[in-house]
Parts: sequence; C-alpha cells; structure tokens
Amino acid sequence: MITRYFIGSIALVSMLYFLFSCNTDLSVETMQYATNGQKIYVKHCQNCHGANGEGLGKLYPPLTDANFLNENRSKLACIVKNGMSGEIKVNNTLFNQQMPGVPELSAVDIAYVLTYVTTYFGDSKTHFKKEEIEDFLKNCK
Amino acid sequence: MKKYLGGAFAACMASILLFSCGPTERKLPIYGERSPVEKEVDGKTVVDTIYHTIPNFSFLNQDSTNLTQDFFKDKIYVANFFFTHCPSICPTMQRNLLKAYEKYKGNDKVAFLSHSIDFKYDQPSVLKDYATKLGVDNDQWQFVTGSKADIYGISEKYMVFTKEDPNAPGGYDHQGYLVIIDPEKRIRGAYDGTNDEQVKQLLEDLDVILAEYK
Repeated sequence: MITRYFIGSIALVSMLYFLFSCNTDLSVETMQYATNGQKIYVKHCQNCHGANGEGLGKLYPPLTDANFLNENRSKLACIVKNGMSGEIKVNNTLFNQQMPGVPELSAVDIAYVLTYVTTYFGDSKTHFKKEEIEDFLKNCK
Repeated sequence: MKKYLGGAFAACMASILLFSCGPTERKLPIYGERSPVEKEVDGKTVVDTIYHTIPNFSFLNQDSTNLTQDFFKDKIYVANFFFTHCPSICPTMQRNLLKAYEKYKGNDKVAFLSHSIDFKYDQPSVLKDYATKLGVDNDQWQFVTGSKADIYGISEKYMVFTKEDPNAPGGYDHQGYLVIIDPEKRIRGAYDGTNDEQVKQLLEDLDVILAEYK
C-alpha cells in the first residue's frame, strides 16, 4: 500500500516537473549563470536597454538580435567592459550612440551578464565561462 | 437594541451609496503653497486662494526657437528634467514618458516638456537628434535648454531637485519626477518616472484631468 502511494507521488511530481519547468534545454549551471547575470543586468544595463532587452527607439539598441549576439560573441565582453562607439546595425536598424562601459565588472560578472543576455534575449543554450571571458578581454581593441 | 443597530447600519449603507463619488468624479489635488487673499467684489469682501503656479519662462527648444508659456496655453502638460547622455535614471524615465506621448499623440490638449539640466552640452541640435532617435516626430513634446540659473531656477518651481554634481553619474544629480501642470499653471501631480506603478497612475490621472478641462 505504502509503496503504491510512493510510486504514485513520484509519478505525479515528475509529471508536474515536466509540465511546469521551463528552459529544460538549459543546464543547471547555465541557469545559475543567467540568474546571477540578471542582477548585474538590472543594475548596469536595464536603464538603457530595457527590462526585456527592447532598447529605446533609435537611441539604445535592443539586445534581442540573436544573429548579432552570435556573430559578435567574442566581442561582447570587451563591449561590456570598455563600452563602444560608432555605427552598428542591430535588428536591421542603424544605431550610432556612445555606450559607456562598466570597467569595474570582473570576468566572472561579465560571464554572468552575457549568459543572461544571450540566453534570455538571444537564442544561446550555453553559458560563458570565466576563462573564455578572460581570453576575450586580452584581445580588446 | 438590535433594531437600533440594524437601523444605523442601514443608514450607513444608504449614505455610502448617496455620498461616495464614483471614479469619474475624481479630481486631482492642487499641490504647493497656497495663500488666502481678500478681494472686494461688488462692495463685498471675499476670500480667494492663490495657488503655487509655474511662472513664465523663455527657453530655446530643439528647433532653436524660443519656447514660452504661450505654447502651453489651454493645455495640460507633463514636465521633467533630464540630460541626453545621462547614464542613470533618464533612459527609464524617458522610456516611460514616451508611453504617455504615444498615448496622447495628436491630442492638442496635452503636451510634454523636457528640460535639459546639461546646459553645457545639450545644445538645440543635440536635443533635436535625441528627440528624433527617441521617436518624437511632432512638436507636442518639447525639449529645451537654457542658462544654468534659468533651468535650475525653474526646476524649483516644479519642486524637482536638480544639481550640478561632479560626483553624480554623468555630472548632474536630479530627481526623475514627471509633473502634471494644468492650464492654470498649477501642479496637479508628480510621479516617479522610474516606477512602473506610478507611471501607470500618471496615465490614469491624465485622463482624469483631461475630463476636468473638457
């Protein structure tokens, strides 16, 4: 009798898990990076880029252009750390506004925030590793 | 005794139904200092109230023309203080004010006025570029610049704190209030432009005050 209840409840829990857990295609570690990254995003990025990465008019570009994020994956760390200027094309729209960097962010912080942006706003399924970010930062122009 | 209680309860219910006002009758409060003045009307002395009002001003707008109170004659307007390369609260505040601009676009009873507190950098051409990129394509939303004394002086009249401060992000410290001014130049509401709840309230209150000046 007890075994039957036990098996029944396990079946129920796993059913609910499959029903309600989202982003099951992301690993637990990636999810942790994204959650940490969200806090950094809210503090340093959200003012201009918006709560959903929507940007603002033609002033601040959206962060939802998955192609841009994928093509520039190796440049994103330097952009976050040092800022950027000059013309860029995002979602088929031209932007040309100075972006201030956030120099105080550490490599692991940048890994967190970029994981949040590329998995939540882009279509990435993996996280940035700290070592990867350190390598990217060595090659900043 | 029970009968009395029942009667009192019924009376209470009746007066609630009778005297409570519905949402359509809500009026926005009038903010700021007020003073009573005695006037003589038809030989009788009557007491009138003088409210805090926004004085006349003259600023340069995004099209390099002079902007005065004349532009806001018979209009309700929302005023705020910002600067174009502000890294802190301004983008959120302007994103939210843009919602109001888009809601009332084409309504000639409503206007918007953003004062730049960066009197050094935000020349009319910079303001024009900013406005265009923000998505403002008519004169309903004015962006103005002026001397430090004039801009900081008028911010006090709107009861918004502004200060040049080298320690603040971007070099200027200021509050992100969106302030409703009625056609009589009185302050009728102030909302934190970085707070979603308060911005929602601003949009509702604009409808309320529009009904008052229909």
